Amino acid sequence: MKCKGFAHKYGDHIDTDVIIPARVLNNPDPAALAAHCMEDIDKDFVKRVKDGDIMVGGLNFGCGSSREHAPISIKAAGISCVIAENFARIFFRNAINIGLPVLECPEAAKEAAMGDEIEVDLDSGAIHNITKDKHYVAAAFPPFMQKIITAGGLVEYIKNKREG
Amino acid sequence: MAMTMTQKILAQKAGKSSVAAGELVECNLDLVFGNDITGPVAIGEFYKMGATKVFDANKVALVPDHFTPNKDIAAAGLAKTTREFARKMGVIYFEVGQVGVEHALLPEKGLIKPGDAVIGADSHTCTHGALGAFATGVGSTDMAAGMATGTAWFKIPEAIKVTITGKKQKYVSGKDIILHLIGILGVDGARYRSLEFCGDIGQLTMDDRFTMSNMAIEAGGKNGIFPVDEVTLEYIAAHGGNKGVAFTADPDAEYVREVVIDLSEVPLTVAFPHLPENARTVAEAEKMKIAIDQVVIGSCTNGRIDDMRAAAAVLKGRKVADFVRCIIFPATQAIWKQCVDEGLMNIFIDAGAAVSTPTCGPCLGGHMGILAEGEKCVSTTNRNFVGRMGHVTSEIYLASPVVAAASAVAGYICGPDSLE
Ligand code: SF4
Repeated sequence: MKCKGFAHKYGDHIDTDVIIPARVLNNPDPAALAAHCMEDIDKDFVKRVKDGDIMVGGLNFGCGSSREHAPISIKAAGISCVIAENFARIFFRNAINIGLPVLECPEAAKEAAMGDEIEVDLDSGAIHNITKDKHYVAAAFPPFMQKIITAGGLVEYIKNKREG
Repeated sequence: MAMTMTQKILAQKAGKSSVAAGELVECNLDLVFGNDITGPVAIGEFYKMGATKVFDANKVALVPDHFTPNKDIAAAGLAKTTREFARKMGVIYFEVGQVGVEHALLPEKGLIKPGDAVIGADSHTCTHGALGAFATGVGSTDMAAGMATGTAWFKIPEAIKVTITGKKQKYVSGKDIILHLIGILGVDGARYRSLEFCGDIGQLTMDDRFTMSNMAIEAGGKNGIFPVDEVTLEYIAAHGGNKGVAFTADPDAEYVREVVIDLSEVPLTVAFPHLPENARTVAEAEKMKIAIDQVVIGSCTNGRIDDMRAAAAVLKGRKVADFVRCIIFPATQAIWKQCVDEGLMNIFIDAGAAVSTPTCGPCLGGHMGILAEGEKCVSTTNRNFVGRMGHVTSEIYLASPVVAAASAVAGYICGPDSLE
């Protein structure tokens, strides 16, 4: 599977409170969450984002609260995958569970700029920054994570296991 | 193969004689819980998985503590979803009037024991490591899978060993120690790792330990665990719990990093905006005369009885400064009642503090104390991220109850010795 879109670039330690603030968690509907995604650090994100775009973060992306609303809001906003230098543990797990691809690749994350056009091959982990004409390869998923991803998320994985 | 405390618990729950860092295991769970924000999302996923009943109603808990008493109509809907599921499945549930902040309430009710493997759909689930359990925060989908299957997958974490030495200074508590440690490790210093506390922990009360394990996540930690000792067993006996299994780390267990915290050198500490790693000494903050608008004392970090007593000792016979709001949240109903019985409530009220029913409230910017543009707050909670408690330009300074109470009286950030 491939994703292609423009980069929305952020810094280190982007926490789940700025991804989706608690004041809007009273409505967990994905579309409602998407309307507020990133608004505390980037008011224009919601206006700018187009389907298929790619979010890029620095170190420890998604730290803080365990709210799954954070990856849900990013996915519902239209983001096709998140590339970061590395991810906070719970966010990483949640993203895989809900089927939001997340890729760890320090060089690609550091070198990408806001608005760069990026193409990602999720199967191989190959990242192509088209604007800068540079190629990178992200860290591979552990095989177990790969199984969840292939199933389309943890819900489908468990469902298959229950039925199988 | 030598193992840490965390590794031993996970090995046992996975039915293995030994495990190594990096290995993926499937573990049986002793408790799965969530709240009124994460619970409803998990309930939706639970049904999507095709599940019809929970694996064990006595091992699933729903604790509606975040937006309760219901802050608005939408939040009331979330609470209703949570309540109806609890009623239908017969799981452990606490209604408003009995509910408290989940990480204070569950141990108090004897629901967590040493050696347990616990997941909670709340990042501060790591709090329960204070009882010698493996406890970690997960998202709603993991909670749903846990409720359905009674199991969860974990990567066996590497560990950081934190050895406590020296003697605590006057007024210093678990909060100062953990802020000091996060200042050393950084907010991602323990990412994916377990924090394993050891050394001279006998001088730390159970409430000190809960505060320290609670903030393991603020260093990125997967969990934060204490060995079981007399203090743990006394707490468990007092709360009708089961003494469980006390795991000890092998003497030759491997650690990726070792940190020694000499308590004689840990001062009163405050974390400046907007990351918990921005630890500075209260003495340093005091010189800056940082005027504050609000003080919050409570939460799963510092809403326990030790915290209430510490705040009351400072507030006794004093008044909250003019134009400062001091809001106190005992974390559970039992703690609230104890505040009444011990006369702390009178001290709070006489000092001009507002005392609220147990709730997460302002800690996550939910309700009951939201900050306006540019306001500054000293809070005993655990996160000072941008916009966490309200407006994006508001600022949160994290501190212990004594520092928060002293700051409320002075109107600026200071320690208790600076009050005349
Ligand atoms: S008190 Fe704050 S940190 Fe603790 S569970 Fe509630 S919202 Fe989370």
